[in-house]
Amino acid sequence: MNGTQRLYLDAYESTAGRQPAWLDALRSDAVERFRKAGFPTLRDEDWKYTNTSPIEKAGFAPAGAPGAGVRSRDLDEQAFRGLDALRATLVDGFFVSELAALDELPEGVRVCSLATALVEHAELLRAHLGPLPEGSHGYRALNAAFASDGVFVQVDDGVQLERPLHLMIAASGPGSGQTHQPRNLVLLGAGARATLIEHFVSLADEAYLLNLHTDVHMAEGSRLEHYRLQQHNLKAFHIDGLDVRLAADAVYTGHAVDLGGRLVRHELKASLDAPGAEAHLNGLYLTSGRQHVDHFTHVDHNAPGAVSREFYKGILDGRSRAVFHGRIVVHPDAQKTDSAQENKNLLLSRDAEVDTKPQLEIYADDVKCSHGATVGQIDMDSLFYLRSRGIDEKMARDLLTWAFANDVLARIGLRPIRDALERILGAALLHGHASTEVEPGQ
Amino acid sequence: MLSIKNLHATVDGKTILRGIDLEVGAGEVHAIMGPNGSGKSTLANVLAGRPGYEVTEGSVRYQGEDLLVLAPEERARKGIFLAFQYPVEIPGVSNIYLLKAALNAARVARGESELDAMDFLALVKQRLALVEMKEEFLYRAVNEGFSGGEKKRNELLQMAIIEPTLAIMDETDSGLDIDALKVVANGVNGLRDPKRSFVMVTHYQRLLDYIVPDHVHVLVAGRIAKSGDKSLALELEKEGYGRITEAANG
Ligand SMILES: Nc1ncnc2c1ncn2[C@@H]1O[C@H](COP(=O)(O)OP(=O)(O)OP(=O)(O)O)[C@@H](O)[C@H]1O
Ligand SMILES: [Mg+2]
Repeated sequence: MNGTQRLYLDAYESTAGRQPAWLDALRSDAVERFRKAGFPTLRDEDWKYTNTSPIEKAGFAPAGAPGAGVRSRDLDEQAFRGLDALRATLVDGFFVSELAALDELPEGVRVCSLATALVEHAELLRAHLGPLPEGSHGYRALNAAFASDGVFVQVDDGVQLERPLHLMIAASGPGSGQTHQPRNLVLLGAGARATLIEHFVSLADEAYLLNLHTDVHMAEGSRLEHYRLQQHNLKAFHIDGLDVRLAADAVYTGHAVDLGGRLVRHELKASLDAPGAEAHLNGLYLTSGRQHVDHFTHVDHNAPGAVSREFYKGILDGRSRAVFHGRIVVHPDAQKTDSAQENKNLLLSRDAEVDTKPQLEIYADDVKCSHGATVGQIDMDSLFYLRSRGIDEKMARDLLTWAFANDVLARIGLRPIRDALERILGAALLHGHASTEVEPGQ
Repeated sequence: MLSIKNLHATVDGKTILRGIDLEVGAGEVHAIMGPNGSGKSTLANVLAGRPGYEVTEGSVRYQGEDLLVLAPEERARKGIFLAFQYPVEIPGVSNIYLLKAALNAARVARGESELDAMDFLALVKQRLALVEMKEEFLYRAVNEGFSGGEKKRNELLQMAIIEPTLAIMDETDSGLDIDALKVVANGVNGLRDPKRSFVMVTHYQRLLDYIVPDHVHVLVAGRIAKSGDKSLALELEKEGYGRITEAANG
């Protein structure tokens, strides 16, 4: 056992016994799991390309309370121009009511802190915060052991949440400990609809670890549009697990955009549990310097006639590294599965590196499954074509890089988010040329 | 305008051009014909400055200047335009953006001001009509999903907007239906000007019925094996390349 593991275990002792008995039992199982599993290493098949030892070395103490002094104003700067959204905010992993704007919640929608929900909706939470899955890794166990707060979202049967919910997940800076471990729970009733924008931001230039877990339960025919915009500072560590369970005809659409972070690991598990369920997973990662972004996706086709799409693109510069692991399991009775996976990477520098690995396990015979992965440089023919039209080489390269990313942005339905991303990517990739001039199909 | 002397060039270490001599005067239209693989596109690419096409001997002067030291974009800004035999698809970049960037690069190089959005759109619409293309093509990504003929028209549209001084057209007529062929011919004829020259690579005499060339050259195995006036094209149409190829190899 190393010092960091001890640090967490000691911190755990001081928080044990504060929750309802059922939850404390889960937490103590989780801490046992953590004690046994420790932190993942490169020897673990699923962590082969992502070395988390810098996190261990940093030895971030768990935060016990949200950092003080975060004002609404600080967060307004992060808002999306032209987006009329509800707001909930986690600071250092804790829900801060003063930083929420939830007064106009429609009938049939509840958004509150997980801590509040544990009191007010104890039975519901007990039903949804189950035990750790078999074989959970140390970070997941740690989250389950510590999580006492986060955000709880519930949309009742047939209710549409018209305004998107902008969930800020902010790190305040030094002072309150540096491991933030929120747990979020999203429950959509039959036919319910919602748009959730998860937005990871750093309010200071300090290192920290966000170790997050989110469960999304989608009942029959529900729809969730889920944006995850990661804009941590370049010192931050991010590890998160997202489990989405879909009932019949439920449609989940996710857009994960990574712009910041030093070391980022996203684990996404989509369980398509009934016919007609659809998971559309889109991703874009932009890395440079020594950034490392890892997408570990796992789509479980548990029932016949479900659809899954994965479309992840990355642009890597400097000595950065990206990992894409796309596991798709088609279980024996999941006939008529329709699944496609694509991962494309553009390397802007010789020292950037990508490991991309599709992993298809197909146990049914009447299925349509495709996958493809590419890692390449700027296309020389396209570059020459643009230059032959009088566009200088630098600009032509920027333009082609932008065009590569634009493909993912084109899938983003929520205009203010897309506009914001166009501005950000335009600044990062076009070096001053307005992106609105570039985008096709205005 | 363009003076090519004893031009030798290699592609990936393989010698393709073996001593080309060609003089193109202002206002002239030259047709280049020749069998598949004889080096026509290689010549066009060398003139446009494609990386990887290495000139090992000879010279190319354009408007009195050494062309070969210039980057592709510099050549473009000096008025050289290559209509590609196989235009590339560029997903994510809109046609209208490319047109605007290309036109403004050319205008700035000519000492003119950039066009504002209104004037630009007016010009583009007028040129669209000239090449008989629908406006929707402006907002699609460059050549993405275009049919073969649409790609060729799009090359022509770019040319009509940029108004180059020397247009090199590499088989712009291939794969076009008869109506489209007339569109290409009208486009070129509409741009003919005492100060503007054309080098047209083609396999078909048919195009030359509509665009009457001043000179016709036959490229064989990296050399110009024969030159003549428009009657040479008619001759080739009847007799094929057989005799010229034999003479060139013999
Ligand atoms: N990258 C390359 N490596 C090796 N050989 C090449 C390369 N590119 C072109 N060539 C060869 O150079 C020769 C001339 O090609 P080019 O495209 O110039 O012919 P062309 O006259 O335009 O033919 P076509 O009428 O079919 O268009 C061909 O034999 C071709 O295979
Ligand atoms: Mg050719």
